[in-house]
Amino acid sequence: MATEKKSEIDPSSSEGDKTSDKENEAPAWADGLKELYDSVVDEPLPDSFLELLEKFDDEPAAKDSDPKGNGQDSANTSDKSN
Amino acid sequence: MGDAKQPPPVRTAAERAQFKRDLTEVVPHLRAFARGLCGHPDLADDLVQETLLKSWAAQDRFQPGTSIRAWTFVILRNAYLTEMRRNRFRGDYDETTAERILTAPADQEEPIHLSDLHRGLQALPPERREALLLVGAGGFSYEEAADICGCALGTIKSRVGRARAALNDMLSKGSLPDENRGKDSAHRSILDELDRVVGGSAKASPSE
Repeated sequence: MATEKKSEIDPSSSEGDKTSDKENEAPAWADGLKELYDSVVDEPLPDSFLELLEKFDDEPAAKDSDPKGNGQDSANTSDKSN
Repeated sequence: MGDAKQPPPVRTAAERAQFKRDLTEVVPHLRAFARGLCGHPDLADDLVQETLLKSWAAQDRFQPGTSIRAWTFVILRNAYLTEMRRNRFRGDYDETTAERILTAPADQEEPIHLSDLHRGLQALPPERREALLLVGAGGFSYEEAADICGCALGTIKSRVGRARAALNDMLSKGSLPDENRGKDSAHRSILDELDRVVGGSAKASPSE
């Protein structure tokens, strides 16, 4: 039952589109485009990103960079706007 | 989002931790989008690093429950446009880079080579390239893509349509342009775009 549905093109995807239907059909390379994207998504994350994200733990909000590093708590408590 | 400048609520430690987890999860997508946008793996990763820093600094403005992928894509996009303006991506695209970018499976039986597709993609005007990337690769709806790019729904639809038509043309006729041809005009067109779209709001908020 689901197999039949698969073969037809979803009419809602081209609804209200000014470009012709031909252009809205998935062209032969459409999967390739996803593949390009997904190939990067699936890459292992370089360490540099993990290191950067780790650093976020050290600084609560990044606006107040206290050179002594002991202003972390006070940055939160002193900033009680509204 | 409809409200004007509401002072963002201060986030608790738990909320920040959650934000960091969300941010971590979205990094692969940021990398993929950035690489599609600018074509260089290294520069793309630089852009993503910058995006992460900006996102972290602006996290109070993120509305929990909304798409963090869309939110960070806006920040990434703005960072990209800024770099474009600084000419950083100009004229140093080459085939070697393109091949390095591609990690096409060897057993692929695609009639169209991914390297050609990549080249065609990079030859598109930036605003059409990003529209196609968002909708055709990132899986965003037209509405979401329009939000991310800060333009009208019809504009996105027409950009995607034109991008598809151009790629169809390039790939079917084998008329892929030289890597460098069209880069300059594309660059110029995005500068025009910049002034309209980004203007003074090159900040992180998607709604501006």
